Amino acid sequence: MLALSRWKILLVLASALFGLIFTLPNLVPPGALPSWAPSQRLNLGLDLQGGSYLLLEVDTQALSKERLTNLTEDIRTRLKAAQIEFTGLGVQANAIGVRITDPTQVQAAYTALNNNLGERLLTGGRDVTVRTGPDQHIIVAFVSSASHAAAADAVTRSIEIVRKRIDAMGTKEPSITRQGVDRIVVEAPGESDPEKLRAVIGKTAKLTFQMVDSDVSPQDVEAGRIPPDDQLLPSDDGFTPAYVVKRRTVVTGEMLTNASGSTDENNQPAVAFSFNGQGTRRFAEVTSANIGKPFAIVLDGRIISAPRINSAITGGNGIITGHFTIESAHELALLLKSGALPAPLIVQEQRTVGAELGADAVRAGAISLAIGAAAIFAFIILAYGLFGIFAAIALIINVSMIVAAMSLTQATLTLPGIAGLILTMAVAVDANVLIYERMRDEANSGRAAMAAADTGYRRALTSIIDANVTTMISALIMFQFGAGPVKGFAWTLSIGVLTSVFTAVLVTQVLIGWWFRLTRAKALPIA
Amino acid sequence: MPRFWPLIRLVPRHTHFDFVRLAPFAAVLSALALLGAGASFFVQGMNFGVDFVGGTVMEVTTPGPAPLGPIRADLARMGVHDAQVQIFGGPNAARVQFRSVEGKDANAGAAFVASQLGSQFPGLKVSGQSTVGAKVSGELVWSGAFALGTALFLMLLYIWFRFQLQFGLGAILALFHDIALTIGLLCVSQVEVSMTSIAALLTVIGYSMNEKVISFDRLRENLRKFKRTPLREVINLSENERLSRTIITGTTALLALSGALFMGGPALFPLVFTMAFGIFIGTYSSIYVALPVILLWGVRRDDEEAVPLKPQPARP
Repeated sequence: MLALSRWKILLVLASALFGLIFTLPNLVPPGALPSWAPSQRLNLGLDLQGGSYLLLEVDTQALSKERLTNLTEDIRTRLKAAQIEFTGLGVQANAIGVRITDPTQVQAAYTALNNNLGERLLTGGRDVTVRTGPDQHIIVAFVSSASHAAAADAVTRSIEIVRKRIDAMGTKEPSITRQGVDRIVVEAPGESDPEKLRAVIGKTAKLTFQMVDSDVSPQDVEAGRIPPDDQLLPSDDGFTPAYVVKRRTVVTGEMLTNASGSTDENNQPAVAFSFNGQGTRRFAEVTSANIGKPFAIVLDGRIISAPRINSAITGGNGIITGHFTIESAHELALLLKSGALPAPLIVQEQRTVGAELGADAVRAGAISLAIGAAAIFAFIILAYGLFGIFAAIALIINVSMIVAAMSLTQATLTLPGIAGLILTMAVAVDANVLIYERMRDEANSGRAAMAAADTGYRRALTSIIDANVTTMISALIMFQFGAGPVKGFAWTLSIGVLTSVFTAVLVTQVLIGWWFRLTRAKALPIA
Repeated sequence: MPRFWPLIRLVPRHTHFDFVRLAPFAAVLSALALLGAGASFFVQGMNFGVDFVGGTVMEVTTPGPAPLGPIRADLARMGVHDAQVQIFGGPNAARVQFRSVEGKDANAGAAFVASQLGSQFPGLKVSGQSTVGAKVSGELVWSGAFALGTALFLMLLYIWFRFQLQFGLGAILALFHDIALTIGLLCVSQVEVSMTSIAALLTVIGYSMNEKVISFDRLRENLRKFKRTPLREVINLSENERLSRTIITGTTALLALSGALFMGGPALFPLVFTMAFGIFIGTYSSIYVALPVILLWGVRRDDEEAVPLKPQPARP
């Protein structure tokens, strides 16, 4: 093995060069290298550079509940339009049931409902099924495949909207990825205000304009006598704790084309908006028909304000007033512009590392690494002399190859990853220890120096590979299991295992081969 | 070149340490340690962090020494459950951990506590925060246990494939021993158990397995070389032959971790502490758990074809 073939030498030189070139950007200040040189630096994890990690879950249950509620309202409207009397309209176990009062009208009701209710599916057919049940009942339910598709679609749309919102905040290099079926991971490095990030992502921002029902008196509300097509919504306008509004929405946030932070006539912060054609038309119709009556601006089920309609609004522009600060007005404008989330997002996990804490971690990691490396070098050189120096050189090439590979692939280096790097160095040295101890055995049993060295490499190789396979197994499992920092640890460990075997076996071999050639040594310095 | 350098020359060429004779004592020692670990596990229990039980942990910095007492009192006022406040890294930094706040969901609770602390203690800054919901923490417990189980199973398969089944079972028993004692250590020291602890446990398994493979490799080689020698003596011979490697590698690994252990700061300490312990225990269990199991069970000696799945390099 010590007969140095040309390819071995070339391979070692090439790997050393690779390590040097791709590690270099990490050692000099950014921009110091010419433009053709590689510029990728180590991709530090959030625990090292500071930033926020959010694990969000799309509330698909709320989504299906909302779909059922909307469908219920559709059914109510249709039956009323067909002048069919009914009772007991409501959701029971993922389906909607209604009892038709007059048995002779059941067939008419069925026909009214079975005609284009719900939405058309891409595969043909509709996403709801209508059937008649016992005792003059009609049961309407969503097709289950359609519900799954709706949930999947909601996750996809949520990701888009979250991305729009985060981009609008001006966050630097955010990463937004889907995880599993209904989860979204948001990673934003360097975000200074995680609460703001969470506030912007966490709001559904479902905006609706609904007419206030002034016919319902406060006494009715207290007695719980709210008409079925009305609803009681809490209010933040500072005048009344709640309003009774019509369930039917006049316009929705989807009809907005633009929104921006603005001020009202009293110079109070407000949100200016403009409608698209459909919204303009609808709003003009309703406002001209209801002059003098109040309407409610509802955001996520809470009323922001309930202004009175003074004149017909036909231009499609308007402002929303309420208890805003300049900042909250801008935030709402941002939310309205990027659109409402199809379903609420639940924050399942949130991790934030301040930039200072990250810098501390980098410092601690660097010191740990430096002390670890120095200790290994000192010990291995003390223990094995010249051959120890060879092992140390191999180790330097090894570490530079790991750093190069991680910079090149932009794998994330985390604080536990630094611990992984330190352990990798120790395991890499172990390969050399195994080889050198074999050489000593062979020399002791009477072999000549060169033959002993050669056999040492050959015999130790199986042990080294066996031992590293086991480390690789545990690293791969960690990679599968872990999130964030643990994944970084596993990455570092896996890359390290590969480069360690290479450098510990091949680099020292070339160095020892050269040494034999130069000195024509008759004895091993370690025997 | 002076005689004392390289140091390796000072290591005797042949040692004749009777490793196997100490095995019964080691067995008693291991049994006692395992009992202690079990007792600690049931009495003290593991100090699970928010990763596994849900809740919030915050790192805060204050202009002066962190007022731990007043912070605790303030948390109690807010209706915070299971609050822990301790110094973290330096006198001006503290770590605040709690399970939940009455009447609020985990994230809203964390935001509430952060803003309250900020207004109660001027200059207090939240430098880092993790909030884990109950759902995610439950999943993390399972995926952690699953990861450990898979690791053990794959290791068993690999050793079985490369050696004999007896070796694989010896190694797995030794790994159980290592994991049990490491968990015992986590209980006794009350070091916080987080996701990184699972990584640490997996690293302990990886290192320990590494030791076993090196040990088994030498044993297998000597079993072929000395077909008539009793197993007990072959084990002693093999362990003596690799003694200097065991010492040098163990020392290197511990030295390498020393920097991270003492200078790595509070974030790295639990991980490195567990890893350092694993290096000790992995080395010990190779000699005094895995090998005794193989000795008690016995190995097939003349059944050559059952042993090497891979052709061995020819002997010159």
